[in-house]
Amino acid sequence: VCFILGGLDCSISFVSHVLGKVCVHGRQKEILGVLVPRLTDLTKSDCIWQRICWRLVECVPDRWMEAVVLGFVQKAQGADVLSRLLGNLVVKNKKAQFVVTQKMLLLQYGHATAMLQNLLGYLALDGLRRTLLLRVLQELLETWGSSSTVKHSPPEQQLYISKAILICLSHLKEPEIESCRQELLTSMMEGVKCHLDSSLPQLRRLGMVVAESISSKISTEGPVLKFEYEEDDETAELKSLLVQTPPFCVVTNLPDDDRIEKADAALPLVPESNETSHTAAPVMPDEESDAELDSDDDLIPYDMSEDKELKIKAPVYIRDCIEVLTGSEDVDKWEATVKALESLVRKNPAATREVSVELAKILLHLEEKTCVEGFVELRQRAQVAVLTTDPIPVAKYLTSQFYSLNYSLRQRMDILDVLVLAAQELSCPKFHGKIEHSGAQKPCIKLLPGTDSSKDWRRIVDERIKSKTRRFDTGQSRIEQASGPNEFNSVAGHFFFPLIQHFDRPLTTFDLLGEDHLVLGRLVHTLAILMYLAVNTVTVVAMGKALLEFVWTLRFHTDSYVRQGLLSCISSLLLSVPAERILADMTEELLETQSWLGGKIGGGGNIRAFLVSDAVFVQHLFNCDGSVDV
Amino acid sequence: MALPPPDPQFVLRGTGAAVHTLHFSCGGPEPDIPVLFSGSENGFIHVWNLRTHRVDTALDGHGRKSVYCVETMGGKDRLLSQGRDQRICLWDLAEGRTAVTDSVSMEHVGFCRCSLLKVAQGRWLMAMAARSLEEVQILELPSKTSVCTLKPEVGAKLGMPMCLKLWQLNCGSQPVLLAGYEDGSVVLWNVSMGKALSRLVCHQEPVMSLDFDSEKAKGISGSSEKVLSIWSLNEQQNLQVCKTHELVNAGISDITIRPDKKILATGGWDHRIRIFGWKKLKPLAVLDYHTATVHCVSFSDHRNPRDRLLAAGSKDQRISVWSIYAQT
Repeated sequence: VCFILGGLDCSISFVSHVLGKVCVHGRQKEILGVLVPRLTDLTKSDCIWQRICWRLVECVPDRWMEAVVLGFVQKAQGADVLSRLLGNLVVKNKKAQFVVTQKMLLLQYGHATAMLQNLLGYLALDGLRRTLLLRVLQELLETWGSSSTVKHSPPEQQLYISKAILICLSHLKEPEIESCRQELLTSMMEGVKCHLDSSLPQLRRLGMVVAESISSKISTEGPVLKFEYEEDDETAELKSLLVQTPPFCVVTNLPDDDRIEKADAALPLVPESNETSHTAAPVMPDEESDAELDSDDDLIPYDMSEDKELKIKAPVYIRDCIEVLTGSEDVDKWEATVKALESLVRKNPAATREVSVELAKILLHLEEKTCVEGFVELRQRAQVAVLTTDPIPVAKYLTSQFYSLNYSLRQRMDILDVLVLAAQELSCPKFHGKIEHSGAQKPCIKLLPGTDSSKDWRRIVDERIKSKTRRFDTGQSRIEQASGPNEFNSVAGHFFFPLIQHFDRPLTTFDLLGEDHLVLGRLVHTLAILMYLAVNTVTVVAMGKALLEFVWTLRFHTDSYVRQGLLSCISSLLLSVPAERILADMTEELLETQSWLGGKIGGGGNIRAFLVSDAVFVQHLFNCDGSVDV
Repeated sequence: MALPPPDPQFVLRGTGAAVHTLHFSCGGPEPDIPVLFSGSENGFIHVWNLRTHRVDTALDGHGRKSVYCVETMGGKDRLLSQGRDQRICLWDLAEGRTAVTDSVSMEHVGFCRCSLLKVAQGRWLMAMAARSLEEVQILELPSKTSVCTLKPEVGAKLGMPMCLKLWQLNCGSQPVLLAGYEDGSVVLWNVSMGKALSRLVCHQEPVMSLDFDSEKAKGISGSSEKVLSIWSLNEQQNLQVCKTHELVNAGISDITIRPDKKILATGGWDHRIRIFGWKKLKPLAVLDYHTATVHCVSFSDHRNPRDRLLAAGSKDQRISVWSIYAQT
């Protein structure tokens, strides 16, 4: 195949056929790995070779066209190379057009970014093909902007489509943007709305980046859309796609107005300070010598050792703290109180217990008065401290407030976070003071719940038994790990049941099953963590039953974050509740759950992982216990 | 072994509100009574008799709005006061009168204290912040005619003028203005020509107060940060930074150099008054008496050096009067 003679008028349809057949049988890589570089070199300057190459691809029969085109797009070194190799194939051949514009962009999403660049660059390079580029962009935007895509398609596919959109945008020229400005604007507005509605932060960020890019393209003067989000590798990569080598492209990140002004103001200042620094140097030595001549020593300094930094003292009593936080106008004192509160609460448990609910109420409503560093964390740690010191009344208050009117979503989610952190602390006392914020996303905490308390009487009984019984074999002595009572045992129910109780009752400002599905997702994850932390407690079986029913009612929820939470609930349940109790008390619910797990749940990679592990576990449970007929 | 800092010689109580400004008038010949004028937040100007340590008169001329600047114009019979009611009042206090003879309406709503300079017998120049944000207006008193308006160049972004000082090298030379602005820079203006001679950025935060020694052509400025900046004026009329001094606590509200140019005093937000030697800015003393921000410090103009006093007014409504380094 590689040695076609020049100067002869030959028909190469035979070659095309062979190429097509080989490609469709899956040998694309091998054959194109050899063919494409050769052709790239040959077609670089030689028109005849270009035409030969075009004829080659055009003659491939339709049924094998897809494989060939895919292979070429993957192997070509750049958009211009692809353009030389394929020519106007996409315009002439219907099948190729379908593959390039529809299949590879919308239906498949596993291809690399470089391949996307090649493809779209290829479409952009020729006038005939540019109409296709515009059409592709419109279709991509339509897909990107539809709410069903955002809700149901996997995040990887959404990332792929976003990348394709950004690359298309980077290829568009001014007149083309002019002609489709209105459509771009409308689709951007719709799309950004759906994206911001999603519960997954990754999708929200994707939406924001794409919307910003579109807006910067369509409005070159005047303010552009700018969102606030955390920059990371993904967003940096996406933004880099917008900047192409052609010179007319606009850089995405426009600095804030403030910074521009400061930069301008800094310029006249800089020459000033330069001057001053130049002239200051010669002045200094003169002054020094002068000063040495006159002495100032007739003025004897006084003792200044008391001159220290001014520190505002925080109150020492809890009740004083309450007073300062609720009433005081003195902001310095308020700041000092906020910083000192957590340690005060922990040092004075008895005093805290007297005022625990009041303190919890104040902390829940506490707003940032001055700019304290780490205010949110300070408040949260203080809340956790109060909750662990006096769990039952404070948990009751917090769970009741979760379902009350007139709280913001942020406050409700804060309640959930505080409950989780406190539960974590209560269930393993030896980690006291070193708790990391788990983010309440996944129950990936490794904890060792303490065993029940070893009271004095038990020790005495044990010793008596030891002395009275004869031991034949002591067995291997294991090092006992330091244990303390599991304080979560007595209060787990108080944390768990009130949260699960009212989820289906909508309030005017808070509808868990409706719009506020973000909070529902967080609630489900919180319940999963609480379930996990309740291992070895007395109430775990009742909790498990309630949880299974809760999961069952919500199993068809549309939000994938919620579904992920439900699956993690099942995982924690399977881990916490002892196997015998599951099989004994919850057989029917478990069977139903198993059938649900076997069906399609949909969602991204995370969900699938959970799904598989849960299903396997359940099956294992059933298999272990021979008495149940499955 | 260094001595502990001295206690105040006496403390004047009874203003009833935070004290924002102080001015001594003790230069009169015997048997004139040395007097201290204080302006408070409740709009009263108290005239303190420094022999009896009691209020002789209380002047109410600013509609109970805070008085933030008090100056005498040649003797204690003529007083100028500036208040938050946007008025500058001229008082005639001779022979026990308490009348406002004249007033200048300021359109500036701010805290910038005006600065007075005697240019000839009976003629004064006063610099005050003007209506427009960055401008300073120079008026001639008592005729109240405007001499000029000092406008910074477009795009300079100096912000409000925070503190002013008019001075002239000696009688007959050109009056010059030093102005500290909100962006932390100090600008030297030529008043007769109305243009800026030099600008120095010496702070990152607004310049709260400045003072200048015309003999040594050296000045000092303090701001809301922890740094005191000392700068000098060279022959080409250019300002340059000589030295900076770092303080323990941030925030300076007032700086004043003693008339004999030997020491200077600063009043700080950390409730303390600091005394430095002016030659090398050697820290000399930290006077810790007040329990709230010290708003103003002022040295007296006694003829006899041994009688010299330093007064400090604070938000805790007390005026502490100290006799410190009076022997030198």
